[in-house]
Amino acid sequence: MAKALDFLNTVFVKGFWKTFCVKWVWQTFFCAWVYQAFWKTLIVRKLKFDKWKGWIYLLPAMILLMIFTVWPIFNTLRISMLEGYNSMDVIGGEKFKFGFGNFSTVLKADIFLTCLKNTMLLCILTVPISTFLALLIAVCLNAIRPLRRFLQTIFFLPYVTNSIAIGMVFAAMFNIVGKPSNASLVETWGIMNNILGIFGVEPINWINAGSSYSANIAVLVIYTVWNALPFKILILLGGLQSVNKQYYEAAKIDSTPRWRVFTRITVPMLSPMLAYVIITGFIGGFKEYSNIVGIFGDSMGPVADAGRLNTMVGYIYEIIPDGYYGEASAAALILFAIIFVVTMINLYVSKKKTHY
Amino acid sequence: MKVELQNLTKIFPSRNKKTGGEVIAVNDFTYTIPDGKLVGLLGPSGCGKSTTLYMISGLQKPSSGKIFFGEEDVTELSPENRGIGLVFQNYALYPHMTVKQNILFPLQNLRGADKMTKQQMLDRAYEAAKLVQIDELMDRKPSELSGGQQQRVAIARALVKMPRVLLLDEPLSNLDARLRLQTREEIRRIQKETGITTVFVTHDQEEAMSISDEIVVMKLGVVQQVGKPQDIYDNPTNLFVAKFLGTPPINVFTGKVEGEKLYIGENAVLDVKGVEDKAVTVAIRPEGFIVKENGAFECQLSNVEVMGRDVSVVSRNAASLNPVIRSIVDADNKIDVTSATVRYDLKPHKVFLFDAETEERIYFEV
Repeated sequence: MAKALDFLNTVFVKGFWKTFCVKWVWQTFFCAWVYQAFWKTLIVRKLKFDKWKGWIYLLPAMILLMIFTVWPIFNTLRISMLEGYNSMDVIGGEKFKFGFGNFSTVLKADIFLTCLKNTMLLCILTVPISTFLALLIAVCLNAIRPLRRFLQTIFFLPYVTNSIAIGMVFAAMFNIVGKPSNASLVETWGIMNNILGIFGVEPINWINAGSSYSANIAVLVIYTVWNALPFKILILLGGLQSVNKQYYEAAKIDSTPRWRVFTRITVPMLSPMLAYVIITGFIGGFKEYSNIVGIFGDSMGPVADAGRLNTMVGYIYEIIPDGYYGEASAAALILFAIIFVVTMINLYVSKKKTHY
Repeated sequence: MKVELQNLTKIFPSRNKKTGGEVIAVNDFTYTIPDGKLVGLLGPSGCGKSTTLYMISGLQKPSSGKIFFGEEDVTELSPENRGIGLVFQNYALYPHMTVKQNILFPLQNLRGADKMTKQQMLDRAYEAAKLVQIDELMDRKPSELSGGQQQRVAIARALVKMPRVLLLDEPLSNLDARLRLQTREEIRRIQKETGITTVFVTHDQEEAMSISDEIVVMKLGVVQQVGKPQDIYDNPTNLFVAKFLGTPPINVFTGKVEGEKLYIGENAVLDVKGVEDKAVTVAIRPEGFIVKENGAFECQLSNVEVMGRDVSVVSRNAASLNPVIRSIVDADNKIDVTSATVRYDLKPHKVFLFDAETEERIYFEV
C-alpha cells in the first residue's frame, strides 16, 4: 500500500505536475492542434458534417485516441528532438538542446547498427521463406478433402500459443548435445542434434555459449518462419477458397499443365492476399523481439555474446530503463521510417503486380 | 464431327445417406448431334440440360451410357483430351490477363507435335478475334469490356484451338435484351462460318428456336422431343412441349370429345375425326383463332391490345386453364371492344389434343 502511494506520488505530484511547464504544454498542444485541424478540415469539407453534432459524437473516441495514440506519437516526436532528454529534470524551463542530435548519436552507435543488421537479416530471410511455405501448404490443404479441418487446426496452433513459451521449447530442442569429455557443457540433450545424429551429422552448437552467429540465425529463422506460418496459411487458404472454381475448369478444358495452372492462375488470383501477407510480414519482421527473448532470454544472444542478436525493438527496450529517452524515441522514429519506406515499396510493387 | 449420346444417365447421390433420395439429373438420353449443326438443349431449370453439356465436356462423368465423338468413344476421356471448347455461363475469363493473353492461353498449353511458334499463336489468336470482331480490344482487361464483348472473348478463347465440338452454357443469359438478339445472330454466324458442331444450353425457347438447327426439349432429366424448331412448334408430342414453346404461351383448356366433336365448355368448337370419346386437354396456339361473328367458340372479352401489325385479344373462358386466353389476330379484324363476348373459329392445325391424364398427344385427322 505504501509502495503504491509512493508510486502515485512520484507520478502525479513529482513527475507529472513538475513537468507540466509552459513550454511543454505549448509544444504538445500545438502538435495536437495541427493534427485535429487537419482532420477537421478534411471531415468537414468532405462529408459536410454537421459540425457540432459530429464532434460531440466523436468526442469519447477522440479523447481516448488523443490520450493513448495522438499524444504519445507527438510526444515521441518531441522527445526525439531533445538531446539528452530525461523526464525528471525539466525544472526551470527547457534546458535540452533542440535538434537532430539524438538521431546522429543513435545512427553512430555500434549496438544500434548491429540491431539494424540483425533485424534486416531476419526480415529478408523469414518473409520470403514463410510466404513461400505458406503458399505451398495452403495449396496442398486446399487440394485435399479428408483431414482438411484437422490439419487446418494443427497448422493454426502456433498462432494461439505464447511465443516466449514456444521459444523456450525451441531452446530446449536446439540445445547442444554434450560429449562425455566435455561434460561441463551438457545441459539437456536437444532433440534436433539427436535427430541429426541419426543421419551421422556431428552435433552442432546451435544456441549455447560459443555457438556461431550463423547457427543462431538459422535457429531464429526456423522459429520465426514456423511462428509466422499459421496466419499466412489462414489468409491464403481463405483466398484460395474464394477463387471461382470455373477458372480451374476452364484451364482443365484447355489442357493446362498443373504447374502452369499454379503460376498463371492460382498465384495471380491470390496476388492481393499475397501482397497483404508480405506487407504485414515485413512490418512484423521489423518489430521482431519476443522470439529472440524466447530462445535466448533477455541477454539477446548466447551468454558469452550477449546482445549479438539484438533487434531494433530490443534496442529501444534496453535503453529506456537507462534513461536514454531521446535516443529511444529517435530509434523508434528511425524504425518507423524504415517500415514506412519498405511498406511503400511493397505497395508500389503490389499495385503493379496484383490484378485488382 | 457428329456427337453421339447413347443411353446417357447421370445420377447424383443423395447428400443425406439416411433419408436417401438420389437425384436423377439425366435419364437415358440417346441422341445423335449431327455434324456441323447448331443444337440447342432447351428446358426449364433443373431439367438436366447443363448436366448433359458438362457430360459432353467431360467435366462430369456419366453414371452410365456412352459418348462418341465421331467413331471415337470419349466416355472415359478426361476433358483436356477431348478437344472441346467450352464457353461458361459467366465466361470465366481470367481477370488478370488481357484479352490477347486470354485467347493465347489455350494455345500456349499445346505440347508435343501441336506446339506452335509465337508468331503462329499470335496469328491464330488474331484470326479468332477477327471472327468474333474483337481484334481491336486485344490489349484490354476483361473488366474493361462490356458483357457482350466479354462473351465474344470467351467464344474466341474456345474457338482458337479449333475444337472438335463447341459447347455453350447459357451463352446469352448475362446479356441485356437488345444485346441478346444481336449476340444470338452472331453465334449463328460464327457457327456457320466455322462449321464446328455446336451444342448450347438455354432455358429461353425463343433463343433456342431462332438459331438452332435442331432442338432437344428436356424435362426433369427426360428428353421430351427432338427435332427442327418449326416441327416441334407445329407438332408437339405432349402438353409440356406445347406449353414450353411459343410466346405468347399456348392457351390450354379442359375439354371433351363426344361423337368426334370437340367440346370446350358447351361449345362444339371443332370436328375431330378418329378420336374416341373422352376427357381431353386442348391447347390452342394464339394464332389459331379466327374472330368471327357466328364463330363456334364463345369467350368473354376482356380487352384488346393493339400491337400495330397484329392485335392481341385478351378474353376469358371458364374452361381455360390459363388466367386469360390470348389470341393474336390480324389488325384488319374489326373487333367491337364494347361487346361483352367475342366469338372465334379455330384453325384445326393450330389445335392440339392431349390425353387429360397422360398429357400425351392425341392425333386427329384435319
